Amino acid sequence: MQIYLPIADMSVNVFLVLAMGLAVGYMSGMFGIGGGFLMTPLLIFIGISPAVAVASVTGHIAASSFSGAINYWNRRAIDFALALMLLAGGIVGTATGVWLFTTLRALDQLDLIIGLSYVTLLTVVGAIMINESLRAIARARHGMPATVRRPGSHTWFHGLPFKLRFKRSKIYVSAIPVLAIGFVIGFVGAIMGIGGGFLLVPMLIYFLRVPTATVIGTSMVLTLVTMASATVMHAATNHLVDALLALILMVGGVVGAQFGARTGQKMRGERLRLLLGILVLAVGLRFAYELGVQPEDLYSIRHIGAG
Amino acid sequence: MRRLVFILVVLAMGCTTRPAAAEQLVVSLSNHQVAITSNFIGEQLVLFGTIERAPGMALRPSYDLVVTVVGPRQTLRTRRKQRVLGIWVNVDSREFLRVPAYLAILSNRPVSQIAPPDILRRLQIGLGNFLLTQRIGSDIADTVSDDPFRKAFVRLQRDHGMYSEVDSAVTFLTPAVFRAAIALPADAPLGQYPIDVKLFADGKLVARTNAALEITKTGFEQYVADAARDHGLLYGFATTLLALLTGWIASVVFRRD
Repeated sequence: MQIYLPIADMSVNVFLVLAMGLAVGYMSGMFGIGGGFLMTPLLIFIGISPAVAVASVTGHIAASSFSGAINYWNRRAIDFALALMLLAGGIVGTATGVWLFTTLRALDQLDLIIGLSYVTLLTVVGAIMINESLRAIARARHGMPATVRRPGSHTWFHGLPFKLRFKRSKIYVSAIPVLAIGFVIGFVGAIMGIGGGFLLVPMLIYFLRVPTATVIGTSMVLTLVTMASATVMHAATNHLVDALLALILMVGGVVGAQFGARTGQKMRGERLRLLLGILVLAVGLRFAYELGVQPEDLYSIRHIGAG
Repeated sequence: MRRLVFILVVLAMGCTTRPAAAEQLVVSLSNHQVAITSNFIGEQLVLFGTIERAPGMALRPSYDLVVTVVGPRQTLRTRRKQRVLGIWVNVDSREFLRVPAYLAILSNRPVSQIAPPDILRRLQIGLGNFLLTQRIGSDIADTVSDDPFRKAFVRLQRDHGMYSEVDSAVTFLTPAVFRAAIALPADAPLGQYPIDVKLFADGKLVARTNAALEITKTGFEQYVADAARDHGLLYGFATTLLALLTGWIASVVFRRD
């Protein structure tokens, strides 16, 4: 069944878009990520202009992270104090990212920078996650306790001042790395048009030692707030949010996220991280392939403006 | 200077269009306004027409007809990738200024058989002859038809169904009555589509007329598009609210208590 999207100005197959929403929603519920880094390339692939795709995906991510957040809220698995602190850093990061975005666009190399940052970030993060989770799995298999103190478990930033106690997560850390992580997520999100959940989750685990129990719920609250405000900002400034497209994605996304969240809570932390690592690495390699292999068509057309 | 050129062009066109007011074209479209609704998947339109002759004038042995449909003007950038340090990067690009987003050149036989090349070129008949203005450095001009950027641009637009040159789209039902099939793709942009109909006999232009069709959005689609444009902030809040509502409904529906 074809349906015409009023802002994207093209018709798409409802079931295809719905299925994409379901699949990405499932993964977002399972890993506690927004799924923007999966959804935006998918939409561009079916022919929706990158600008409309990025703007509309924000609404979809807001919906699925809200439904996921409610789920985690019912299970008391959200650390609001931590989310608020991350958000403070995130706002500054987003503003800086938007500024750099505009500068790069003026230099006409934005596509390349986005492609390169996807490749670098996703392959590196994916590889680290796979490596770490495989070790954790191996350790568990050899009967060693999972809570063994790993090298780097207590690093230099644990000695930083302004220490705060986050009760729900049972951690006691300095405010500086928390704000810094928020900043990085906001910055990267603005440049790459993603929520940054797939980065935030490992950062919270590896740097702040946030327990797996609260990390996903907390990450979802942050994703929800940033993506909801991004939807409003995109709609107010660029008028590129396709509400119909967003709605179809949302419906698929929230349903998928519900099932994903259940699968995710049943699974062991390290196995979950291994799967997410493989997924992140795969998307990164896909981008690398695109940059490294001679494209079928060397030419492409980009819409500059009407008239 | 530009105005002078323009006047000369108009004069030149005037000379070619009215060699002798022997024939006149009367055309009509099956549908003047194409409304885009939620299930729009493109549309087929038909242009009907007859060749009216001056009283007492005999029908010429054969006529040729060329219909040019020109969509709204857009500025498009064609980019070319090249390998730099192992990765494929857009290195070179050419801007096509105010070129049609949609262009259909429909005829009853290949245009190269209808008229000599100089006439085709002057009347912009055929994708190779249609004026596609490019910005080349500081100049604004069209290039020769086998310029790589121009060729790539036309090829990509053809692949998308936006540009077409169909030499069987016009059929003569009788020697003086014809029909032309116009295919609009699903992502044809909104706006005015002027249609230029040219009649040839013995390789010469003998009559010319115009028509137009319009693609518009209606109902819900128009409402959403207007809201997004005119009340961006409100629209954004509404979309966000929709997102929260969808998320909340899902969590209620799927609650496992």
